[in-house]
Amino acid sequence: MNYNSPHKGMTLIVKTITRITVGLILLYGIYITLHGHVSPGGGFAGGVIIALSFIHLMLAFGKEEALRRLPKPLVSLFESLGAILFFTIAILGFVGGYFFLDWLNKGEPFKLFSAGSILLSNIAIAIKVSFGLFGIFLVLVLLKFTPKK
Amino acid sequence: MVELHILLFFMIIGAIIAIEAKDLLSAVVAVGAAGLALSIAFLVLKAPDLAITQLVVEILCLIILIRATLKVDLPFSTSGRWLFNTLAVFVFLIIFLAFGYFALKELPSFGSPIMRVSQFYLEKAKELTGATNLVGSVILNFRAYDTLGEATVLFTAVIGVMAIMRRKGRKKVTDQEEPDEL
Repeated sequence: MNYNSPHKGMTLIVKTITRITVGLILLYGIYITLHGHVSPGGGFAGGVIIALSFIHLMLAFGKEEALRRLPKPLVSLFESLGAILFFTIAILGFVGGYFFLDWLNKGEPFKLFSAGSILLSNIAIAIKVSFGLFGIFLVLVLLKFTPKK
Repeated sequence: MVELHILLFFMIIGAIIAIEAKDLLSAVVAVGAAGLALSIAFLVLKAPDLAITQLVVEILCLIILIRATLKVDLPFSTSGRWLFNTLAVFVFLIIFLAFGYFALKELPSFGSPIMRVSQFYLEKAKELTGATNLVGSVILNFRAYDTLGEATVLFTAVIGVMAIMRRKGRKKVTDQEEPDEL
Protein backbone atom coordinates (compact mmCIF):
# COMPACT_ATOMS: atom_id res chain seq x y z
CA MET A 1 0.00 0.00 0.00
CA ASN A 2 2.64 2.51 -0.96
CA TYR A 3 0.49 5.02 -2.79
CA ASN A 4 3.09 7.72 -2.77
CA SER A 5 5.94 5.74 -4.23
CA PRO A 6 7.58 8.12 -6.69
CA HIS A 7 8.25 5.50 -9.33
CA LYS A 8 4.67 4.75 -10.34
CA GLY A 9 2.15 7.14 -11.80
CA MET A 10 2.32 10.89 -11.68
CA THR A 11 3.59 13.30 -9.03
CA LEU A 12 2.42 13.60 -5.44
CA ILE A 13 0.30 16.68 -6.23
CA VAL A 14 -1.67 14.85 -8.90
CA LYS A 15 -2.16 11.86 -6.61
CA THR A 16 -3.45 13.99 -3.75
CA ILE A 17 -5.90 15.85 -5.99
CA THR A 18 -7.00 12.57 -7.57
CA ARG A 19 -7.74 11.01 -4.19
CA ILE A 20 -10.20 13.85 -3.52
CA THR A 21 -11.81 14.19 -6.93
CA VAL A 22 -12.15 10.63 -8.16
CA GLY A 23 -14.96 9.84 -5.77
CA LEU A 24 -16.82 13.01 -6.75
CA ILE A 25 -16.54 12.17 -10.46
CA LEU A 26 -17.82 8.64 -9.80
CA LEU A 27 -20.69 10.03 -7.74
CA TYR A 28 -21.59 12.50 -10.49
CA GLY A 29 -21.71 9.67 -13.02
CA ILE A 30 -24.02 7.67 -10.77
CA TYR A 31 -26.21 10.79 -10.30
CA ILE A 32 -26.46 11.38 -14.06
CA THR A 33 -27.40 7.73 -14.54
CA LEU A 34 -30.02 7.51 -11.81
CA HIS A 35 -31.66 10.80 -12.80
CA GLY A 36 -31.74 9.95 -16.49
CA HIS A 37 -35.54 9.91 -16.57
CA VAL A 38 -36.13 13.22 -14.78
CA SER A 39 -33.31 15.44 -16.06
CA PRO A 40 -30.94 15.51 -19.04
CA GLY A 41 -28.39 12.77 -19.05
CA GLY A 42 -29.04 9.07 -19.12
CA GLY A 43 -27.26 5.78 -19.12
CA PHE A 44 -24.75 6.46 -21.85
CA ALA A 45 -23.49 9.82 -20.57
CA GLY A 46 -23.40 8.56 -16.97
CA GLY A 47 -21.55 5.45 -18.03
CA VAL A 48 -18.90 7.45 -19.84
CA ILE A 49 -18.40 9.66 -16.75
CA ILE A 50 -17.94 6.55 -14.58
CA ALA A 51 -15.43 5.21 -17.11
CA LEU A 52 -13.61 8.58 -16.98
CA SER A 53 -13.30 8.27 -13.20
CA PHE A 54 -11.64 4.86 -13.60
CA ILE A 55 -9.33 6.29 -16.27
CA HIS A 56 -8.51 9.21 -13.96
CA LEU A 57 -7.45 6.74 -11.27
CA MET A 58 -5.37 4.84 -13.77
CA LEU A 59 -3.59 7.89 -15.19
CA ALA A 60 -2.69 9.21 -11.76
CA PHE A 61 -1.64 6.06 -9.93
CA GLY A 62 -0.23 3.98 -12.77
CA LYS A 63 -1.57 0.85 -14.32
CA GLU A 64 -0.48 -1.61 -11.62
CA GLU A 65 -2.58 0.13 -8.99
CA ALA A 66 -5.62 0.32 -11.30
CA LEU A 67 -5.23 -3.29 -12.42
CA ARG A 68 -5.02 -4.41 -8.79
CA ARG A 69 -8.38 -2.81 -8.04
CA LEU A 70 -10.09 -3.63 -11.34
CA PRO A 71 -8.51 -6.67 -12.99
CA LYS A 72 -9.21 -7.23 -16.66
CA PRO A 73 -11.39 -10.35 -16.23
CA LEU A 74 -13.61 -8.36 -13.84
CA VAL A 75 -14.00 -5.59 -16.43
CA SER A 76 -14.98 -8.11 -19.11
CA LEU A 77 -17.40 -9.78 -16.70
CA PHE A 78 -19.18 -6.53 -15.79
CA GLU A 79 -19.33 -5.44 -19.42
CA SER A 80 -21.05 -8.66 -20.44
CA LEU A 81 -23.24 -8.49 -17.34
CA GLY A 82 -24.54 -5.07 -18.37
CA ALA A 83 -25.42 -6.30 -21.85
CA ILE A 84 -27.22 -9.36 -20.45
CA LEU A 85 -29.05 -7.18 -17.92
CA PHE A 86 -30.37 -4.86 -20.64
CA PHE A 87 -31.46 -7.83 -22.74
CA THR A 88 -33.15 -9.40 -19.71
CA ILE A 89 -35.19 -6.21 -19.20
CA ALA A 90 -36.25 -6.50 -22.84
CA ILE A 91 -37.15 -10.19 -22.46
CA LEU A 92 -39.10 -9.48 -19.25
CA GLY A 93 -41.53 -7.50 -21.39
CA PHE A 94 -43.01 -10.85 -22.42
CA VAL A 95 -44.54 -11.10 -18.94
CA GLY A 96 -46.94 -8.34 -19.96
CA GLY A 97 -47.27 -9.22 -23.62
CA TYR A 98 -44.51 -8.32 -26.03
CA PHE A 99 -40.82 -7.45 -26.34
CA PHE A 100 -39.70 -4.33 -24.44
CA LEU A 101 -43.13 -3.79 -22.88
CA ASP A 102 -42.93 -1.64 -19.78
CA TRP A 103 -45.34 -3.35 -17.41
CA LEU A 104 -43.90 -1.92 -14.21
CA ASN A 105 -45.68 0.68 -12.12
CA LYS A 106 -45.23 4.13 -13.68
CA GLY A 107 -45.18 6.01 -10.38
CA GLU A 108 -45.65 9.73 -10.18
CA PRO A 109 -43.55 12.10 -12.30
CA PHE A 110 -40.46 13.94 -10.99
CA LYS A 111 -39.81 11.21 -8.40
CA LEU A 112 -36.63 9.15 -8.42
CA PHE A 113 -38.41 5.79 -8.42
CA SER A 114 -40.75 6.31 -11.33
CA ALA A 115 -40.96 5.67 -15.05
CA GLY A 116 -40.97 1.87 -14.82
CA SER A 117 -38.26 0.12 -16.76
CA ILE A 118 -36.47 3.29 -17.94
CA LEU A 119 -34.54 3.57 -14.66
CA LEU A 120 -33.51 -0.10 -14.80
CA SER A 121 -32.46 0.20 -18.44
CA ASN A 122 -30.38 3.27 -17.61
CA ILE A 123 -28.54 1.39 -14.87
CA ALA A 124 -27.88 -1.58 -17.16
CA ILE A 125 -26.59 0.64 -19.98
CA ALA A 126 -24.40 2.60 -17.55
CA ILE A 127 -22.73 -0.61 -16.30
CA LYS A 128 -22.21 -1.79 -19.86
CA VAL A 129 -20.86 1.48 -21.25
CA SER A 130 -18.57 2.29 -18.31
CA PHE A 131 -16.86 -1.07 -18.14
CA GLY A 132 -16.79 -1.43 -21.93
CA LEU A 133 -15.02 1.90 -22.52
CA PHE A 134 -12.67 1.32 -19.58
CA GLY A 135 -11.88 -2.10 -21.06
CA ILE A 136 -10.96 -0.50 -24.38
CA PHE A 137 -8.68 2.00 -22.61
CA LEU A 138 -7.12 -0.77 -20.51
CA VAL A 139 -6.38 -2.87 -23.56
CA LEU A 140 -4.89 0.10 -25.40
CA VAL A 141 -2.65 0.89 -22.41
CA LEU A 142 -1.48 -2.70 -21.99
CA LEU A 143 -0.60 -2.94 -25.67
CA LYS A 144 3.03 -2.18 -26.33
CA PHE A 145 4.02 -1.27 -29.85
CA THR A 146 7.33 -2.55 -31.08
CA PRO A 147 8.69 -0.02 -33.55
CA LYS A 148 10.16 -1.45 -36.70
CA LYS A 149 13.72 -0.49 -37.32
CA MET B 1 -28.62 32.35 -34.91
CA VAL B 2 -25.50 34.54 -34.82
CA GLU B 3 -23.85 32.55 -32.06
CA LEU B 4 -24.47 29.33 -33.98
CA HIS B 5 -22.71 30.73 -37.04
CA ILE B 6 -19.77 31.86 -34.91
CA LEU B 7 -19.51 28.36 -33.45
CA LEU B 8 -19.69 26.78 -36.92
CA PHE B 9 -16.87 29.02 -38.19
CA PHE B 10 -14.83 28.15 -35.10
CA MET B 11 -15.34 24.44 -35.80
CA ILE B 12 -14.33 24.84 -39.45
CA ILE B 13 -11.15 26.71 -38.44
CA GLY B 14 -10.38 23.99 -35.86
CA ALA B 15 -10.84 21.26 -38.47
CA ILE B 16 -8.57 23.03 -40.96
CA ILE B 17 -5.87 23.47 -38.28
CA ALA B 18 -6.23 19.78 -37.41
CA ILE B 19 -5.59 18.81 -41.01
CA GLU B 20 -2.75 21.22 -41.67
CA ALA B 21 -0.81 20.97 -38.40
CA LYS B 22 2.53 19.19 -38.70
CA ASP B 23 2.57 18.11 -35.07
CA LEU B 24 0.18 15.26 -34.24
CA LEU B 25 -0.47 16.55 -30.71
CA SER B 26 -1.54 19.97 -32.03
CA ALA B 27 -3.87 18.24 -34.47
CA VAL B 28 -5.46 16.26 -31.63
CA VAL B 29 -5.96 19.42 -29.57
CA ALA B 30 -7.55 21.17 -32.56
CA VAL B 31 -9.96 18.24 -33.01
CA GLY B 32 -10.83 18.53 -29.33
CA ALA B 33 -11.56 22.26 -29.73
CA ALA B 34 -13.90 21.49 -32.65
CA GLY B 35 -15.69 18.85 -30.55
CA LEU B 36 -16.13 21.21 -27.59
CA ALA B 37 -17.58 23.87 -29.93
CA LEU B 38 -20.01 21.22 -31.23
CA SER B 39 -21.07 20.53 -27.64
CA ILE B 40 -21.81 24.24 -27.10
CA ALA B 41 -23.70 24.28 -30.41
CA PHE B 42 -25.94 21.47 -29.14
CA LEU B 43 -26.54 23.53 -26.01
CA VAL B 44 -27.50 26.57 -28.13
CA LEU B 45 -29.94 24.38 -30.09
CA LYS B 46 -31.54 23.33 -26.76
CA ALA B 47 -30.43 19.72 -26.68
CA PRO B 48 -28.77 19.30 -23.26
CA ASP B 49 -28.75 15.50 -23.48
CA LEU B 50 -26.64 15.59 -26.61
CA ALA B 51 -24.44 18.33 -25.16
CA ILE B 52 -23.57 16.26 -22.07
CA THR B 53 -22.89 13.13 -24.12
CA GLN B 54 -20.81 15.01 -26.71
CA LEU B 55 -18.70 16.74 -24.04
CA VAL B 56 -18.00 13.55 -22.13
CA VAL B 57 -17.24 11.41 -25.16
CA GLU B 58 -15.01 14.17 -26.52
CA ILE B 59 -12.93 14.13 -23.32
CA LEU B 60 -12.61 10.35 -23.47
CA CYS B 61 -11.57 10.41 -27.14
CA LEU B 62 -9.07 13.18 -26.41
CA ILE B 63 -7.44 11.16 -23.61
CA ILE B 64 -7.20 8.06 -25.79
CA LEU B 65 -5.88 10.00 -28.80
CA ILE B 66 -3.30 11.95 -26.79
CA ARG B 67 -2.10 8.76 -25.18
CA ALA B 68 -1.97 7.05 -28.55
CA THR B 69 -0.08 9.89 -30.26
CA LEU B 70 2.34 10.79 -27.48
CA LYS B 71 3.79 7.32 -27.11
CA VAL B 72 4.10 6.24 -30.70
CA ASP B 73 5.97 8.03 -33.42
CA LEU B 74 3.71 7.08 -36.29
CA PRO B 75 5.33 7.29 -39.69
CA PHE B 76 3.03 9.42 -41.80
CA SER B 77 3.82 10.58 -45.28
CA THR B 78 2.33 13.54 -47.05
CA SER B 79 4.07 13.03 -50.36
CA GLY B 80 3.45 10.61 -53.19
CA ARG B 81 0.46 10.09 -55.47
CA TRP B 82 -0.84 13.55 -54.81
CA LEU B 83 -2.25 13.89 -58.35
CA PHE B 84 -4.42 10.77 -58.02
CA ASN B 85 -5.50 11.75 -54.50
CA THR B 86 -6.49 15.28 -55.51
CA LEU B 87 -8.39 14.06 -58.56
CA ALA B 88 -10.25 11.42 -56.54
CA VAL B 89 -11.15 13.97 -53.87
CA PHE B 90 -12.52 16.43 -56.45
CA VAL B 91 -14.56 13.77 -58.30
CA PHE B 92 -16.15 12.46 -55.12
CA LEU B 93 -16.74 15.99 -53.84
CA ILE B 94 -18.62 16.93 -57.02
CA ILE B 95 -20.74 13.73 -56.91
CA PHE B 96 -21.50 14.27 -53.22
CA LEU B 97 -22.46 17.91 -53.71
CA ALA B 98 -24.72 17.06 -56.68
CA PHE B 99 -26.56 14.37 -54.71
CA GLY B 100 -26.69 16.61 -51.67
CA TYR B 101 -28.23 19.45 -53.67
CA PHE B 102 -31.13 17.27 -54.81
CA ALA B 103 -31.56 15.54 -51.45
CA LEU B 104 -31.46 18.67 -49.28
CA LYS B 105 -34.15 20.39 -51.40
CA GLU B 106 -36.67 17.81 -50.18
CA LEU B 107 -35.94 18.25 -46.47
CA PRO B 108 -38.04 20.59 -44.32
CA SER B 109 -36.25 23.85 -43.65
CA PHE B 110 -34.08 24.37 -40.56
CA GLY B 111 -36.09 25.03 -37.41
CA SER B 112 -39.50 23.94 -38.74
CA PRO B 113 -39.75 20.15 -38.48
CA ILE B 114 -42.73 18.08 -39.57
CA MET B 115 -44.41 17.45 -36.23
CA ARG B 116 -46.25 14.25 -37.07
CA VAL B 117 -44.76 11.57 -34.79
CA SER B 118 -42.96 13.90 -32.43
CA GLN B 119 -46.18 15.75 -31.62
CA PHE B 120 -47.58 12.46 -30.30
CA TYR B 121 -44.48 11.95 -28.14
CA LEU B 122 -44.64 15.49 -26.78
CA GLU B 123 -48.30 15.12 -25.79
CA LYS B 124 -48.49 11.55 -24.54
CA ALA B 125 -45.00 10.59 -23.38
CA LYS B 126 -45.37 11.81 -19.81
CA GLU B 127 -48.54 9.90 -19.02
CA LEU B 128 -47.61 6.81 -21.04
CA THR B 129 -44.12 6.29 -19.61
CA GLY B 130 -44.01 8.38 -16.44
CA ALA B 131 -40.66 9.89 -17.41
CA THR B 132 -40.26 13.65 -17.51
CA ASN B 133 -37.11 13.56 -19.64
CA LEU B 134 -38.76 12.99 -23.02
CA VAL B 135 -35.49 12.02 -24.68
CA GLY B 136 -35.09 9.22 -22.16
CA SER B 137 -38.66 8.09 -22.67
CA VAL B 138 -38.17 7.95 -26.44
CA ILE B 139 -34.82 6.13 -26.53
CA LEU B 140 -35.67 3.65 -23.78
CA ASN B 141 -39.39 3.09 -24.22
CA PHE B 142 -40.82 4.05 -27.61
CA ARG B 143 -37.66 3.35 -29.58
CA ALA B 144 -35.97 0.80 -27.30
CA TYR B 145 -35.10 -1.43 -30.25
CA ASP B 146 -32.71 1.26 -31.47
CA THR B 147 -31.02 1.35 -28.07
CA LEU B 148 -30.70 -2.43 -28.10
CA GLY B 149 -29.02 -2.19 -31.50
CA GLU B 150 -26.71 0.56 -30.23
CA ALA B 151 -25.78 -1.54 -27.20
CA THR B 152 -25.03 -4.45 -29.54
CA VAL B 153 -22.80 -2.22 -31.69
CA LEU B 154 -20.81 -1.09 -28.63
CA PHE B 155 -20.55 -4.65 -27.34
CA THR B 156 -19.25 -5.85 -30.70
CA ALA B 157 -16.72 -3.00 -30.83
CA VAL B 158 -15.39 -3.83 -27.35
CA ILE B 159 -15.14 -7.52 -28.21
CA GLY B 160 -13.31 -6.67 -31.43
CA VAL B 161 -10.78 -4.39 -29.74
CA MET B 162 -10.16 -6.92 -26.96
CA ALA B 163 -9.72 -9.73 -29.50
CA ILE B 164 -7.29 -7.83 -31.72
CA MET B 165 -5.16 -6.41 -28.89
CA ARG B 166 -5.06 -9.39 -26.59
CA ARG B 167 -1.81 -10.36 -24.92
CA LYS B 168 -2.09 -14.03 -25.77
CA GLY B 169 -0.82 -14.90 -29.21
CA ARG B 170 1.27 -11.80 -29.63
CA LYS B 171 4.87 -12.32 -30.58
CA LYS B 172 7.22 -11.91 -27.65
CA VAL B 173 10.13 -9.77 -28.78
CA THR B 174 11.88 -8.78 -25.59
CA ASP B 175 11.12 -9.57 -22.01
CA GLN B 176 13.04 -6.64 -20.63
CA GLU B 177 11.13 -4.44 -18.22
CA GLU B 178 10.45 -1.09 -19.77
CA PRO B 179 10.19 1.92 -17.46
CA ASP B 180 6.56 2.63 -16.72
CA GLU B 181 5.93 6.14 -17.92
CA LEU B 182 2.14 6.09 -17.86
